[in-house]
Amino acid sequence: MGIKGMKYEEFRDNESLELLKESGSNILLTTIDDVINWGRKNSLWPLTFATSCCGIEMMQTGAPRHDFARFGMEVYRASPRQADVIVVAGTIVYKMAPVLKRLYDQMSEPKYVVAMGACAISGGPFFLNSYSVVRGVEHVIPVDVYVPGCPPRPEALLYGMLQLQRLIETETIKSRRLRNASHNSK
Amino acid sequence: MNKIELGEFIKSTDQDLEIKEGKQFVEVTLPPSKLYSLAKQLKEREEVKFDFLDCLSGVDYGHDLGVVYHLRSTIYEHAIVLKTRTSDRENPKLDSVSDLWRTAEFHEREVYDLLGIKFNNHPDLRRLFLDNSWGFPLRKDYVDDITIVTK
Repeated sequence: MGIKGMKYEEFRDNESLELLKESGSNILLTTIDDVINWGRKNSLWPLTFATSCCGIEMMQTGAPRHDFARFGMEVYRASPRQADVIVVAGTIVYKMAPVLKRLYDQMSEPKYVVAMGACAISGGPFFLNSYSVVRGVEHVIPVDVYVPGCPPRPEALLYGMLQLQRLIETETIKSRRLRNASHNSK
Repeated sequence: MNKIELGEFIKSTDQDLEIKEGKQFVEVTLPPSKLYSLAKQLKEREEVKFDFLDCLSGVDYGHDLGVVYHLRSTIYEHAIVLKTRTSDRENPKLDSVSDLWRTAEFHEREVYDLLGIKFNNHPDLRRLFLDNSWGFPLRKDYVDDITIVTK
């Protein structure tokens, strides 16, 4: 079943992402977490970064018809210092990879990565017989959400961004640190 | 000029050239030694005035390496295709047309970068996209076991 047929209730708990939120912290800490996560997930500012046709769909997602400003993501930042999430929209070639890595390193914590489209996930149409394309952006930076499609429709990107919001909701101050540790060891 | 007139014009400059009337263009196949002089005439002769180099593409024919030139005249609005090839894969060399059409400077750098065809008299023949650690990836005999995945 595709995203189209998915009921709202199922979208709310189609997996058990929220269970990742480990219990065991005290009430004060979880309350602080809730407040922080609420703030973080509702003001996700993406970096203006697009390398090919997925970028067009990403712009369309920001445009009035789909309008992901509804979810607090409207402010595209041209500087990685001010961005929270990098949507890797398009093909990453070996020449681009160091630049992408530098952009990611320049973003301040907490930072998230969405791999949008077939190229960013696995090299996609360039997987076979290509001398220049990186086979998936996870070889360069750690990815939180994968949005499949070639290119994904704006609805798909929106769905991916909402999943990212759910992911953020599961964080605690403790697990955020754990998550970073596991990322850095990759 | 229409295609027949163009073909006759080419004949008048050099009898030996192989001329084919394609669906869209008149196609002239010529050896590398004659390329520059013909290109210069096409650019400068008043009756044809090919003042615009539409496209310059390198081709690997398997055994031969070649370059295809699409020329156009913005005055007469006619077009022509020149094809040349060399069988030397180790050190392929062709004459540069970058002093006739400036745009060929970048085009020839690109061809050099991806196919390794060198151009005589090019003002600045460096690699365009790739760095020097690469071979010439668009050649058919290019081997790269690490990055290239085949079925």
